Amino acid sequence: MAAISVYGADTAPPKGRRWELLAELWQDKAATAGLVAVLVVVLASIFAPLVAPHDPAAQDIIARMDPPFWMEGGSTTHLLGTDHLGRDILSRVIYGGRASLLIAAAVVLVAGGFGTMLGLLAGYRGGRTDSVIMRIVDAQVALPGLLLILLVISAVGPGITTLIIVLAIANWMIYARVVRSVVLGVREMEYIEAAEILGCKPGRIMFLHILPNLISPLMTLAILEFTNIILAEAALSFLGLGVQPPATSWGLDVASGKNYIFVAWWVVAFPGLAIAITVLSISLFANWLRVTTDPQEREKRFARGQAGALRRAAEAKRSAA
Amino acid sequence: MTKFLLHRLWQGFIVVIVVTTVVFVITRLVGNPVDMALPLSATDAQRAEFARQTGLDRPIFEQFVTFVGEAVSLQFGDSLWQRRPAMAIFWEVLPNTLILLLAGIGGAIVASLFLGIFAAVRPGGLLDRAVTTVALVGLSLPQFWVGLMLIMFFAVIMKVLPTSGMGGPAYLVMPALTLALPSLARLTMLVRSSMIDELNKQYVKTARVKGMSQSSILFRHALRNILVPFLTLCGWELTYGLAGFTVVVESVFAWPGLGYTAMQAIQRNDPFLLQAIVICISFIIVIFNIGLDVLFKLIDPRIKIG
Repeated sequence: MAAISVYGADTAPPKGRRWELLAELWQDKAATAGLVAVLVVVLASIFAPLVAPHDPAAQDIIARMDPPFWMEGGSTTHLLGTDHLGRDILSRVIYGGRASLLIAAAVVLVAGGFGTMLGLLAGYRGGRTDSVIMRIVDAQVALPGLLLILLVISAVGPGITTLIIVLAIANWMIYARVVRSVVLGVREMEYIEAAEILGCKPGRIMFLHILPNLISPLMTLAILEFTNIILAEAALSFLGLGVQPPATSWGLDVASGKNYIFVAWWVVAFPGLAIAITVLSISLFANWLRVTTDPQEREKRFARGQAGALRRAAEAKRSAA
Repeated sequence: MTKFLLHRLWQGFIVVIVVTTVVFVITRLVGNPVDMALPLSATDAQRAEFARQTGLDRPIFEQFVTFVGEAVSLQFGDSLWQRRPAMAIFWEVLPNTLILLLAGIGGAIVASLFLGIFAAVRPGGLLDRAVTTVALVGLSLPQFWVGLMLIMFFAVIMKVLPTSGMGGPAYLVMPALTLALPSLARLTMLVRSSMIDELNKQYVKTARVKGMSQSSILFRHALRNILVPFLTLCGWELTYGLAGFTVVVESVFAWPGLGYTAMQAIQRNDPFLLQAIVICISFIIVIFNIGLDVLFKLIDPRIKIG
């Protein structure tokens, strides 16, 4: 895990490398598709008022449960049909992404920030600080997370702020563990010792000298956690404990459509599909990123590519003979 | 072994104390059971009367002592919703969740072994790529949505399975499948990757050179060596399921287990039933994890659990 970046804290990669990276991404078609899909989802959410064809809350009692446009009775006014109140599903899906992405981003920031701090502290300080922090992590991992989340939400009442805080409290431990394990490797390096001898304060060493080493593992971890939080938020909203109406979220829309599944499948299918596509795309891209930023994995990939080329060359020779 | 067991029991004891305290703090200090149980329209006199009946008007320290006593003796008072002891309800619905877990996670464990091993035999082959893709998709689908889509397909369109509730074996099929999907994906990926690593090792090559059959290599040698990481993840999946992650599946299929009952307790404003479920489940998880650690110690004496 102790991957040390070739580039220092404040020197950006030379410009040529960025294009190389894009070219490398293009080689992996699934990862490219994932990145494109993620960008579409994010942009559509940000610019929802411009993109959405209708007001997501506008009800139209006459056009209740209209099917998508390709089915009989559907129309192009409502491309993906309407729900039981005649609200446009496409617009709701576009707006629903806002809540899901925003909550997931907030949770990753809060939990990641908190976990990274404690992980840095535990790894760098060592000794008693380390054992106290890691004990807390171990103890919390052993708790029945989701049941406690239910308990807290039932005691405090559901809402977006509650949701963010609760999910952050339940998910910071993994960051602390990962960060600590990297820091343990890095703090033995000579340049850290040199900085210490020069009289750098612990804060400066932790944030200026150690933190840059964490960027690559933290990025990958944060992206994977992001998908987990999207799924968790959707599940809690589905259970009625997350985002509350009249706000929209993908999980909430699936829940409000579930009683009509016998007559109008599209009310449930599309918001759920939005979650699935978002999570899948992010995972595809994150998978590529993980391999690309890990020197060992890169080597394996390179070897596989070489082996494939050799095999193809041999097969070509055989078929020519 | 005795020392290890004592150490493990001590750790479990600490977790139990932490859970009990956390539940107390959440229900009594962060939230207010009186507000949760009574409607908004309740008068101050009604509130005071309810607090007096349930002992919520006592000093907070006294409440805590009573609460710990309840937790230790597993006597949690009556459920407000069903007007009978919360523990009676707990013991009634616990087997339903266990059945679901056994069918879902158990099925996933068995299936993942075969899928993972056969995928690992030819990495990059057709089966491998199919398994990897399905696993990735399986991890990306929201469980509640998979459940609803299954209901739509098998119950509404095909009309071969009942939509929800509990009855004969047919009622178990869809909830178990839905519960199994993410676990199956995680387990299969673990079996696959550790099996690929294992099959590239020298001793496997030696066995091949000796002329040992493929099935002996796979199931007698390589499988035995990936058993510890595999069983660790299996234990983790079961713990995860116990720790409330059946809530979603049980709610979708109205499966009368612990998760469904916990949701009902929330919807019917029954804080006492909910806290009984949370604390009892924590106890079960602690005991289950100690059992797992002992099991691992027996399988592989090299393991040190600190």
